[in-house]
Amino acid sequence: MRTRFQQGLDDLRARLLRMGGLAEQAVDRACQAYIDRDLARCHMVLEGEFQINVAEREIDELAFDLLALQQPIAVDLRFILAVTKINSDLERVGDQAVNIAERAMDLVELPKVDLPVDIPRMAAAVSAMVRRSLESFIEGKAELAQAVLEMDNVVDRMKDEAFITLVKTMNERPEVTRQALDALLVARNLERVADHATNIAEDVIFWVRGADVRHNVTPEPTVHQASTDTH
Amino acid sequence: MGVGIKVDKLNAWFGKTQALYDISMEAPANHATAIIGPSGCGKSTFVRCLNRMHETVTDARATGKVQIGELDVYNGTSAVQIRRRIGMVFQKPNPFPTMSIYDNVAAGLKLNGFHDHKRLDEIVERSLKLSALWDEVKDNLRKKSGASLSGGQQQRLCIARALAVEPQVLLMDEPCSALDPISTGKIEELIFQLKEKFTIVIVTHNMQQASRVAEFTGFFLLGKLIELDKTEKIFTTPSDKRTEDYITGRFG
Amino acid sequence: MPETVTATSDFAAAPISLWRRGVNAFATFAAGAAVVLVLLPLGAVFGYLIYKGIGSINWAFLTQTPKPVGEAGGGMANAIAGSAFILLIASAFGVPIGIGAGIYLAEYGRNQLGNVIRFTADVLNGVPSIVVGIVAYGIVVLSQGHFSALAGGVALAIMMIPTITRTTEEMLLLVPNAVREAAYGLGVSRWRTTLSITLRTATSGVITGVMLAFARVAGETAPLLFTAFGNQYWNWKINQPTAALSLQIFTYAISPFDEWHRQAWAGALILIVLIVFAVSAVRIVAGRGMLKGAN
Repeated sequence: MRTRFQQGLDDLRARLLRMGGLAEQAVDRACQAYIDRDLARCHMVLEGEFQINVAEREIDELAFDLLALQQPIAVDLRFILAVTKINSDLERVGDQAVNIAERAMDLVELPKVDLPVDIPRMAAAVSAMVRRSLESFIEGKAELAQAVLEMDNVVDRMKDEAFITLVKTMNERPEVTRQALDALLVARNLERVADHATNIAEDVIFWVRGADVRHNVTPEPTVHQASTDTH
Repeated sequence: MGVGIKVDKLNAWFGKTQALYDISMEAPANHATAIIGPSGCGKSTFVRCLNRMHETVTDARATGKVQIGELDVYNGTSAVQIRRRIGMVFQKPNPFPTMSIYDNVAAGLKLNGFHDHKRLDEIVERSLKLSALWDEVKDNLRKKSGASLSGGQQQRLCIARALAVEPQVLLMDEPCSALDPISTGKIEELIFQLKEKFTIVIVTHNMQQASRVAEFTGFFLLGKLIELDKTEKIFTTPSDKRTEDYITGRFG
Repeated sequence: MPETVTATSDFAAAPISLWRRGVNAFATFAAGAAVVLVLLPLGAVFGYLIYKGIGSINWAFLTQTPKPVGEAGGGMANAIAGSAFILLIASAFGVPIGIGAGIYLAEYGRNQLGNVIRFTADVLNGVPSIVVGIVAYGIVVLSQGHFSALAGGVALAIMMIPTITRTTEEMLLLVPNAVREAAYGLGVSRWRTTLSITLRTATSGVITGVMLAFARVAGETAPLLFTAFGNQYWNWKINQPTAALSLQIFTYAISPFDEWHRQAWAGALILIVLIVFAVSAVRIVAGRGMLKGAN
């Protein structure tokens, strides 16, 4: 039934996944550029930003049309609302990737120093969160999304530790202040990316279960698992 | 003031075919409850069982308990008496064609023996005002026939006729399905206002209408009540998959 | 544009063939001719009646009773009044019974008994009028011991009933069920609905049925031969033989007297005029009761 509507929903889903791929790739590239001090990769991230922004506009427009013309309700409505929110979060993820790339570009001009902070480990964790949140969207599985929510705590702790360590480092070794500052900002950016991944997971839970789990409010009584096979 | 409706294990048959299976539900007082479902699911049959109109069909019968306020519909009073306390509006507007507008509104009272003319005038005016038709017809009450009005006006006339006997419950069987969007809008607006005084049960195949006017919605399928809940719950996060499939247009 | 013209639009755009146009013209002509053929006898009858009878209609004719054989003058006043009287009696029996039976058949008669009644009515409709007259003779005249207006009324009533019953049933069945449901929904009982709503909605049609029956029996002669029998004088008693226009025309027409023949023509014209007048009057009176917009 309603083939045009179904095609619209499928199109929306495909576009969001593509955008998710772009955002995930941007974060990975930016982190790698920072770790390897790779200027070429930084430029790739900056150039990729344009595509992400275009994708965001197209997805919002398609969602808007579907809402206006198809009067979706229940699971379809939740899906479209979730898509618009995830859309916005993915665009911000792209922005954060650009920020990380800019920090990397700054760092390349400075002498290389050893800092007592494990950016690669944090980057890996955050990257995993992004990937898993997108997986939960593809599969339509709330349990996968739930796992992402739990990982956020870990990343938060990493960020807090990084802050404490780097501040201490800046006090003890003032000559590496700029590098430390760059690292601190990158840690912050990564933590923001993790937050966005968490938001995406919460939106997936809203779509699948009809439960609003944002801001740690207890979810509503469960509804049946939404039929996600047609999406 | 309206009263609540309680239905307990209502079953209905047309001859040997069973049309309703163990329906149990409540429609709260002074609220509108919408009944939705695909064609042939039993929603019209259900509503017609509430005022025993179901029995007007040959070989039709029903068992179970229906309580409307203090009234036990199936036990104790005759069907005719029941129907005097419950108002009904049908799918196709059906004013009495040979009667004037005035006589149409007064029909429920006059045909049942009420002849106090002065009070009748008041009642007719009040009912037509309640159904938002007064201003359009007040100059032609006795000269124009009920059938000479437009479709939307006819339906409002039928609503006025139903309201004139001061029922506590108003049953509406797809009241807008034969009307254009503007008339539909007027009647939906009307239902909203009527809720203050009456309890309304409205059958509709238009889900957007159910979501616009009713606080509660019940989904019927193949003679069974699948789910009854607050309208916003049904239309955002229904509990039963069949409900969701129906309202999202995956069948029906 | 030409590229997108399909085969079907080619077909639709083609001019209508000469053959089809010819057939169309012929059919129109034939229909018109049929109308003329129908109106012709009607016009002929009226025309001839007026031609033969108008000369004999005067005030005396309309107000006097017949003069003895051989004498000129006199009229059919008593026959006109007698016909009206007998028809009144016939309607008093026939209309309520006919409408009542029609109501029963329409509202409660979807069963075996209903089928029997319908069949009986149809058979009764086909019984020759003279047979009805003989039956009425047997039932009323023989038991009373004399001819009477009552017997005539009964005979005519028997002939009116099947028509009224069937038309009433048809008209009631034409009332949409939605109207009945509206009444039931208001808590109106079934019989009350039938009388006050259904019957009222079908009034116009029912009246037509009654008029049809009335017009049919108004001119009947055979049933009155052995029942009302006829009378030379005024009679307003229900138990006495009574004059009737159709009877009088019959008696005069088969007589050997020219004077009576002349009066028979006049009587026939009067009879037709009165029937048309009566039917129109009822239509107008019934129509005045209708509201603007009601059908």
